[in-house]
Amino acid sequence: MNYLHHVLTHLRKDLRLEWRSRDAINGMLFFSLLVVVIFSMAFDPTAAASRQIAGGILWVALLFASITALNQGWAREVRNHVLDAQRLTPAPASALFLGKALANLIFVSAVELVLAPLFVIFYNLHALGEGWMMFLVLPLGTWALVCNGTFFAALGLRTRNRELMLPLVLFPISLPALLAMIQATTAILTGESDPELWVKMLFGYNVVFTTVCLLLFDIVLNAE
Amino acid sequence: MEMQQTSCKAAAPLHSTTAPAISLAGVSKIYGGFAAVKNATLTLATGSCTMILGENGAGKSTLLRLLAGLITPTRGTVSLFGGQPGEQRGRVAYMSHAPMLYDELSAMENLKYFASLQRTGDSCGCVASPEMALRAVGLDPHLTRPVGQYSQGMRQRTSLARVLQSDPELLLLDEPFSNLDVSSASQMVELLADFRTWPVTGGGRRTIVLTTHLAQLAEPLADSTVTVRQGTIVAHTLRETAA
Repeated sequence: MNYLHHVLTHLRKDLRLEWRSRDAINGMLFFSLLVVVIFSMAFDPTAAASRQIAGGILWVALLFASITALNQGWAREVRNHVLDAQRLTPAPASALFLGKALANLIFVSAVELVLAPLFVIFYNLHALGEGWMMFLVLPLGTWALVCNGTFFAALGLRTRNRELMLPLVLFPISLPALLAMIQATTAILTGESDPELWVKMLFGYNVVFTTVCLLLFDIVLNAE
Repeated sequence: MEMQQTSCKAAAPLHSTTAPAISLAGVSKIYGGFAAVKNATLTLATGSCTMILGENGAGKSTLLRLLAGLITPTRGTVSLFGGQPGEQRGRVAYMSHAPMLYDELSAMENLKYFASLQRTGDSCGCVASPEMALRAVGLDPHLTRPVGQYSQGMRQRTSLARVLQSDPELLLLDEPFSNLDVSSASQMVELLADFRTWPVTGGGRRTIVLTTHLAQLAEPLADSTVTVRQGTIVAHTLRETAA
């Protein structure tokens, strides 16, 4: 219970900070909207072609957009040396990680809520497969992005070019998850194949990487 | 500037009363080719107040960060209350010259956040409520302005309230009087003197280590003075007390 209390303390603090500044959400929202509009104009796809490419555009837009939120989240902790004060408290390091990852999940999900209807309009989409499965793919895919992103953003905290470091490390690590997200979304939109295998793969990826991130975060936080 | 204590700790950590609060044995901290601290050996008794003096860049802050366990020594061993610094979380509080507060939150929100992180097991881990801690340092707890809009002096006092509310047995203060006017600095010295008298749950006494350039201000508080020059401890003098 104590662990949960610490996770919720970090989560509440991150939500409050974002509510006051709106740095992460505004940046993500404008970036992802631009990607959606620009791709829509550049390709002017038919409904059938849209179903083939929409999954890729959606997840790549979210991946790039989430980078801004992930960097912002840790920048706040480094400013004024707040991270040092957190390190001296008895609260476990993994609670800080989990609180921040959950906050990032909420921020990216909020952007998805705005983005999804616009996506349907701009790309003239309606799912030919089992549309309800998007309610599985979206949270699983978003968690895969934010969990690894939060971890690797912390890993790059003490590097000089941390804004550059994060995509360089995160993108290759996220490739299997990205593949699963895109394939599952495309399968749902086109109805040509079963997305179940990709959803299972995404779930397995999340279990493995969440466990590794939680176990290793203490080392990352206290590294010099 | 007195703070009424309301102890809410259910269980205090066990500690050896015989072990010194701080023990450094041949400690060096080397960054690349630069030795910030060289072969430091020092023992400070529990309940003491030590003032570390030295010029800018002498290694005072590095010494404090080593004691806090925020950095590890390149050579030598650091021991707090007979154990590793990393094992003493919750017993040690550190105030750096950076405020260690979120600019976007008010003083009260910052303090409540850190008080919440002090909670371990059945214990709330804080000796005073955030409101009492803020009043003790002379700040209005109902101030809703974010800390980012505070003056440097107000931030410094909020930062002191943050460390005091955590009920530390070892208090490490890096330049606590910088950015404060003479009157506020004197009040801070009084508050620290008062803090030393607060009882520690489970016995023991409170230890303070502070770095400062204002030696005259901290002198009444300090039992001993450590002088650091170019990373080396060149003197450790104990204040003579009347028999």
